[in-house]
Amino acid sequence: MTAAATGRPADVSGGLPVGGAMRVMGSETEYGIHAPSAPGANATMMSARVIQAYAQVTRQRAAGGAETRWDYTDEEPLHDARGWTLERSAAAPEQLTDQPPVLDAEAVALAYGRAELEHDGEDESGTLLMNMVLGNGARLYVDHAHPEYSSPEVTNPRDAVAWDAAGDLVALAAVRRLASDRDLPPINLYKNNTDNKSVSYGSHENYLMPRNVPFGDIVRGLTPFFVTRQIICGSGRVGRGQDSSRPGYQISQRADFFETEVGLETTIRRPIINTRDEPHATADKYRRLHVIIGDANLSQTSNYLKFGTTAMVLSLIEAGLAPRVEIHEPVAALQAISHDTSLKATVRLLDGRRITALDLQWIYYEAAAKHAQDTGVADAVEGDGHTHAVLERWSATLTELGSDRAAAASSVEWLAKLSLLEGYRDRDGLDWDNARLGLVDLQWADIRPEKGLYYRLLARDRMKRMVDDETIQRAMTEPPSDTRAYFRGRCVSRFGTDLVGASWDSVIFDVPGRGRLQRVPTREPLRGTEALTGALFARHREAGPFLAELLGLSPGS
Amino acid sequence: MAGQEQQQPQSRDTAVDEDIPAAPPAPAEGQASAATQGVDDLLDEIDGVLESNAEEFVRAFVQKGGQ
Repeated sequence: MTAAATGRPADVSGGLPVGGAMRVMGSETEYGIHAPSAPGANATMMSARVIQAYAQVTRQRAAGGAETRWDYTDEEPLHDARGWTLERSAAAPEQLTDQPPVLDAEAVALAYGRAELEHDGEDESGTLLMNMVLGNGARLYVDHAHPEYSSPEVTNPRDAVAWDAAGDLVALAAVRRLASDRDLPPINLYKNNTDNKSVSYGSHENYLMPRNVPFGDIVRGLTPFFVTRQIICGSGRVGRGQDSSRPGYQISQRADFFETEVGLETTIRRPIINTRDEPHATADKYRRLHVIIGDANLSQTSNYLKFGTTAMVLSLIEAGLAPRVEIHEPVAALQAISHDTSLKATVRLLDGRRITALDLQWIYYEAAAKHAQDTGVADAVEGDGHTHAVLERWSATLTELGSDRAAAASSVEWLAKLSLLEGYRDRDGLDWDNARLGLVDLQWADIRPEKGLYYRLLARDRMKRMVDDETIQRAMTEPPSDTRAYFRGRCVSRFGTDLVGASWDSVIFDVPGRGRLQRVPTREPLRGTEALTGALFARHREAGPFLAELLGLSPGS
Repeated sequence: MAGQEQQQPQSRDTAVDEDIPAAPPAPAEGQASAATQGVDDLLDEIDGVLESNAEEFVRAFVQKGGQ
C-alpha cells in the first residue's frame, strides 16, 4: 500500500511503506569510560583520546590533513516540541549541545597526568579531536564526559541493530589502539547507562515522524508503551535507587533516573517523553522524536525489538490507532515494573483496572499487528520485508517471558544477565550487595569480547544473533545505502581531504580552485541514497567535477 | 472449497491420532547434570575473565553525568 492510499501526504513517508516497522531511525550510545590505572583522570579528556585514537585507526585525519569537522549551524537543542524555545540563559550548560566543547590546559593536565604535561601537554590541547564524521555516516564525538557514537540514519530495525553494533566495533578499535600506547593509561569503554553511584548517561533513539502528528497524541500513545517495553529491552542492573543504596536486581539500567513525564531536559529531571525538537531535516515536514528512556543494548534481540516495536507504535499513533490506555503515575509505575523481575507486579490504569507490564505489551502488540495487517505491510511475502519479522519476534518474546523464561534468557538482555548473576549466587552463596555481583553487572558491558561477559555468552551461543558478524563488520565502514547517510559517508570516504565539515543535514566542501565553501544541504533523510547518487560517485574520483555535476555548475565556476 | 471444509476436520482428527506425542520423558539425570555442567563451565570461564579485586574495581568506576 502506498502512502498516498492512506490519505497521508506521500512525501512525508519519503516513499517508505507506512503502517509497520519501517521509518527513518538511528541510535546514540554514550559509553561509560574508565582508566583503571589512572583513577580520577578527566573524563572529557579521556573521551577526546578515544576519538583521537579512532582517527588514527581510520587515518582519515592523516589523509585529510584535518578531520571532517562537525557543522553546528543547524543544531537547535533548546527547541521544544511543545512549541517554544528555551532561553539560553535558563538552560543548563550541558543542554547547549550546539557549541563545540572547549578544553583548557587544566583539563589536559588532569587527563594526561603531570609527567605528560611537562613533555608536551599544553600543545596537545590545540590539536585534540572532539568530533568526527565517519565513513559509515555516523558521528563519533565527545558528549559531556563520554565518547558518543551516533549511528547513521537507517530505515528499519535490523539495520538499526547492525549500525548500532558497528559503533561498538568503532569503540573497540579505539580501545585497542589506546592499549597499544605504552605511554598512556589504557581506557576501558562500557556499553551501559550508570556507574551505580547516582550518575546515568544515555542511550538514545531517534525516529522521524510527520510534523502534523499532534505532540499530545505522541505523549498519550507512547507513555504506557515506554513504561512497559523495558521487560523486552531492559539491560538489567544490580542495585536499586539512583545510588544503588538498596540491594537487589532490576530490569532497567535507566528507570530509577527518570523523574518526570514530559520535558526538554536530558541530563536533569529526565522525562519519559523528551520534547527536544531538532528535526535535522525539513522542519515543517518532519519531527525527530528523541527518545531518552531506553537502555543501551548489547543483546541484538532486545535492541531489534526496541527499535522495531517502537517504530510500530509510532505508526499506530500516526494512524490515530494507539491503544486507549493511560497509566496512573507513570514514573512510579516505570520504577515498580523495573524492580519486579517476576513480571507479576500490576500498575493501575486511569480507568481503575490493574494490569501487568506483559499484558500491556500484549495490548500494544495486538493493536500494532492489526494495523500492520490492515495496511498490508505485515504480509510475509507481499509486506515491507521487516514488519512481519518484528511481529513474530515480538509475540515470541512476550510468550517466552510469560511461560518459558529460560528460553527468553537467550534473547532478553536483563534476563540473560540475571541468569548469569543467579548462577554466581547459587554457586557462591552471594548476597545482592556483594561486590562480585556488581562487577559482573559492570563487566557485562565491557566492549572487549575477551572481557565483556555478554560477549562470553555470545561466543557460547547462549545469546541469539539477529545480524551476523560480517554484516556488523561491514557497517563499521560502509554507510546504509537507503538514506542520506550514504551521501555523507561516501563523501567522507571519497573526498575527505576536500571536506571542511559535515552534519546530519549538510556536507561542506572546500575544493581547490573554488573561491568559497560549497555547502550541500541534505535536509531530506531519504534522498542522497545509493540509488540516487551511487552513479554520481562512480563517475567522479575528484571532488571538483563531482560537485560541479551535483550542483549543476560548470566545471571551475 | 466446500470439499476442503469437509475434509479438514477429518484430517485434523487423523493428525491428532497419529501425532500424539509420547509423554515427554522425565529429564534424565544425565541431561540435568549436563545443564548444570554447562553453567559451571561458564562460571569457571568467567571467573578467569573477571577483573581482580571486585570491590576496588567497582568502587573506582565513577562517571560524570551524561544525557
